[in-house]
Parts: sequence; C-alpha cells; structure tokens
Amino acid sequence: MKKRILLSGNEAIAEGALQAGCCFYAGYPITPQNELTAYMAKRMPEVGGVFIQAESELSAINMVFGASSTGARAMTSSSSPGISLKQEGISYIAGAELPAVIVNIMRGGPGLGNIAPSQSDYFQATKGGGHGDYHCIVLAPSTVQEAFDFMGVAFDLADRYRNPVIILGDGMLGQMLESCSIAAYGLSNSSKKRRKDIKKWALTGCKQRSPNVIKSFYLKEGDLERFNLKLQKKYKTIQETETRYEGLYLEDARLILVSYGTMARVAKAVVSELRKKNKKVGLVRPITLWPFPRRILQDLTATHKRISFLVVEMSYGQMLEDVRLALEGKAKVDFLGRAGGGIPTEKEIIRFIKNL
Amino acid sequence: MKLLFKRPRSLREIPTHYCPGCGHGIVQRLVAEVVDELDIRERVIGVAPVGCAVIAYDYWDFDCSEAAHGRALAVATGIKRMRPENIVFTYQGDGDLAAIGTAETIHAANRGENLTVIFINNAVYGMTGGQMAPTTLLNQKTTTTPYGRRADREGYPLKISELIAQLPAVRYVERVALYSPQAVFIAKKTIKQAFQNQIENRGFSLVEVLSPCPTYWGMSPKEAMDWIRDVMIKEFPLGRIR
Ligand SMILES: Cc1ncc(C[n+]2csc(CCOP(=O)(O)OP(=O)(O)O)c2C)c(N)n1
Ligand code: SF4
Repeated sequence: MKKRILLSGNEAIAEGALQAGCCFYAGYPITPQNELTAYMAKRMPEVGGVFIQAESELSAINMVFGASSTGARAMTSSSSPGISLKQEGISYIAGAELPAVIVNIMRGGPGLGNIAPSQSDYFQATKGGGHGDYHCIVLAPSTVQEAFDFMGVAFDLADRYRNPVIILGDGMLGQMLESCSIAAYGLSNSSKKRRKDIKKWALTGCKQRSPNVIKSFYLKEGDLERFNLKLQKKYKTIQETETRYEGLYLEDARLILVSYGTMARVAKAVVSELRKKNKKVGLVRPITLWPFPRRILQDLTATHKRISFLVVEMSYGQMLEDVRLALEGKAKVDFLGRAGGGIPTEKEIIRFIKNL
Repeated sequence: MKLLFKRPRSLREIPTHYCPGCGHGIVQRLVAEVVDELDIRERVIGVAPVGCAVIAYDYWDFDCSEAAHGRALAVATGIKRMRPENIVFTYQGDGDLAAIGTAETIHAANRGENLTVIFINNAVYGMTGGQMAPTTLLNQKTTTTPYGRRADREGYPLKISELIAQLPAVRYVERVALYSPQAVFIAKKTIKQAFQNQIENRGFSLVEVLSPCPTYWGMSPKEAMDWIRDVMIKEFPLGRIR
C-alpha cells in the first residue's frame, strides 16, 4: 500500500534506502545532510539494521567497504568536504568491485566554502574523483520523490555491476519539503528479501566453499592491466544500457536547455514560460550524469539543423564540458552558471536567452 | 609414527615473499595454527593491511579482505557489525595501525568493537623501504632519520597499546615478542586468547608483537632477534597491559 507524506529530500533518501533493503549506514555529521544521518540513526534500529556514527568520513566509507564485502546493502552520505575525504575509499570500492551507495548533498566550495546549495562537485563525481581508472554511476534526482525512488535504482545498479553509485543532490534538494509517495512504513517483503540475498563473492566464512578474497591489489605482471580492461568493459556496458535522461519538447525545439537536479526545476519553469510565448525551447535533463546521455544530444544535432544549446548549472561550467564533448563542435553551446550562494533564477535565465 | 609438525590447514602451501628472518611469516603461521585449533576456519574473516603483509590473504586459506592503508579497523567494524556470527580480525603493521590509522584504531577500541587485532611492531616501515615508524626507537637510524630519531624533532616512540589500554571499552591488550622459541610460544598463547575473547563476545582484544625486520634494521636474522630481546623490550615492555 502506498501513502503520501511530507518529507525532506534528505529524509526521502534515507527512507528510500531502507525500503531498498539498505541495512548498513555509516556517516559523519555535515550540513546540509544532517537530517539524513539523524533519520538513519532513528530508523536503522527499528528495521534491524546497523547505524554507526564514524569518527571521520574516511572511517565511514571504509566501514561501508567492510559491510558491503559481506554482501550487505550498505551506504554512506555526506556533503562536499566530507565526500572529498571519502574519495580514497570510493576508489578502493571501485577497485574491489564492491556495490555501495554514496550520497553527496553538495554545498559551496572550494575548501570549507559555505553551506549554500551548489553543483560544484560534478567533476569529482563523474570523472573518477579518487585515484585510478574508474567510474561511479551517478544519479541526479531533481525532486523529493525522485530522491526516494532513485535509492532503489541505485542499490540495484550497484549490485548488478558491483560498482559504487553516487546520488548527487544539493543542499536545496536535501532540505526542501515535498509530498512523496512511499510504500507504508515497515519494510515490504521484497526489501527484506533483498537484504538477505547472499552474494557468492561475499565474505561470510568459507563454509563448504573455497575462500573468498575482496581486494583491489594486483601485483603479478599483467594482472592489473587485465583487471582494468575488465573494468573498462563493464563501464562500456553501463554506458550502453544505463543512460537515463528526461526530455521536454525535443521534437521541435530550436534551443535546448541542459540542466540537472535542482537547477533543472528552474530550467523547466523557464521552458514552460517561454513555450507560452511560442518560443521553441526544450530541455534535456540528464538523470545519469555518468554515464552521460550524450547520444540524445548528438541525435538532436543530427536531426535538427540550426539547433543550439544552453547549459545552466549551479557551477562555473562543469557539466558544460560533457555537453561540449558530446556535441563535438557541431552546435553552438552557451552557458549560464552561478555557485557559492546564488542559483540562476527563472528571470535571469529568460533575460540571458533573450540576449543570445 | 607420530606426526609432530605439519602445515596448518589454514595456511596455503606457497613460497613466501618475506625476507629471511622476518617476523611476519612467523605470526601469520601462528594465526593459522590458532584458527585451526579453535576450529574457526569456516567462520573467520581476516583483514589484511597495507604494508609488507599486504598479501596475507594469499597465505591464509580462509575468507579475507584488504583494507586501504590504516583503515583495517574501519573495514573490520563494517564486517563484524553485519556478521556478528563470524570471527573477524585485523593484522596490521605499526605504520598502518599507529600512524595513518591512529584514528581508526582508537575509535574502534573506544567503541569496544568485538574484534581481534594482531599488531606487528617492527619499528620501521618495511614495505616502503625502511622509513621511520611511530614506534621507531630514539637514536634508531632509518632512511628518514638518517642521523637517528631525535625526541626534540620526531617525538618519542608511540606506545599505542598503552594508550588504548586506558579506554574503558577495551577488553584485552598484551605485548609479546619473537626473540626465542619460548617467546614465540607465549605469542601464540596470547593470540589464541585474543581470538577466544571474541568467540566469547568479550570485546576488543589487541596483541602487539615485537617482530624482527632484519632487512631494514641492517642485521642478520639472529642479530635482529637479539636486538628485540636486548634493546626493544626495554622501550616496549612485555606482558599484559590490560
Ligand atoms: C595512503 C597511502 N599512503 C602511503 C602508502 C605507502 N605505504 C605502503 S606500506 C606503508 C607503511 C608500511 O609500514 P608498516 O605499516 O609498519 O608495515 P610493515 O611494512 O613494516 O610491515 C606505506 C607508508 C600507501 N600504500 N597508501
Ligand atoms: S622488509 Fe622487513 S618487514 Fe618487510 S618482509 Fe622484509 S624483513 Fe619483513
């Protein structure tokens, strides 16, 4: 049975995780995601899971490494400075091919920055972030409902590909209250079942099987290169099958806004406002930031001549680079972005478009 | 004919990569013997460090995980909390446990995690080529203290076992050494106790093992063992600390 309740994005992520069978959470306090940690502290014992307030983000991500190595659905959350500390662990999780979900409720940077919403960690999330040739799958919810729903998607993807998945939100999404449709409290049987799924690679004790080892270390000549090629093959499959986006008015649009997460909400308002005035604008909202939905952008330039793009971000042009890479110079790309406190407003964007 | 000595079931038959006279091989064998004797091979999960023992999981014939340098006790916490029915231990060098992983060590101990920790103190960083460790003795020469460790610059040898022994949630801390067959016997008994504690849910147990690194001490294996007996245990006294 479904019901509607009012939740903040942070709470929706936590409840979504629990209903997806997450039974391990370790985190360290940081604004603007503290409601998520507090929610887990309260709810995890109710559902028989484990909550740990770690001594640092370094420790939290490595606790997740350990929990995940037993096959459990495990997650952590933080905001930008804390996610920087977690990069070491995320690289190890990618290298050991462990499933795990990491939530980043982004704030302003660099350094301690401030606690205003921002999208300045796009590079870090989508280009690797830690050391080595690896990728995290990155999902960008834009509403509280999506924040809730994407947790199930995230854990499924993490398990399917044995790969870390990042939920990339921002302080606005984390803090805002919206009505959200969720399964009634108390875990469904399917989420309980998912918690008990024993994976054949997991560390459970070598009873009636040969020992399992979780590691990312390949010392023998050629082994690491072979492993890296295997990872690259996996990433290619993910790119081919898991790319997600939302498109609006793509059939006839001449100007395509490209925006994700909180920023896409404003971009949507801009599109509907301009449509009222019969302006041919549309929107591509990447839902997976990695893999990036490049094909739709390429298809749009192939089918419509004289189409142009406007990337709007709460950063100084990070996703912009992926848009440009996808378009390979075949279309004009403009950019509007602010970060560190300001979010481009509907009015600002419309004025910008008029002056294009 | 009576069989007096054999390879433990929990130890694989592969060539060792450790230097002649290294303590790691001895302690890893002791762990394997203890795991066999307690009959926990099918329940045990080991967490290997980053250090010379990084591929401990190649020697042990049971489930194991790696951990990033210093993070073994965070990884072990995650494993044990999800699977309390398993016996989870970490095996860590002094750089791993008492320098880069100090926070993880103190906080896992302070939470009283029901874990077993085997702490190899060889007073140097072996894997990276003999640099100063937090446990390097005063005046001891290493590649990063070429004139000897000086208290006014590098501080004193860090006694992390004594530090964590003060924490109320810690159950058991003992220091042993590998300088003679009798000492090795005591080391094994102590390691066994630290595993037994976990089986009985008694909480955090740590065994510090003073262990030779002949290569970076610039000594023969025999000289290294004697140095532990004659010099090292003066700084790091043996016995039960908690
Ligand atoms: C984050 C990080 N920093 C540094 C290193 C390099 N490193 C590998 S092992 C090691 C120290 C090993 O010393 P110890 O823990 O005492 O173990 P030993 O080799 O003496 O057994 C260092 C600094 C690393 N692997 N990772
Ligand atoms: S360098 Fe030292 S600690 Fe490392 S294997 Fe050789 S003797 Fe053992």
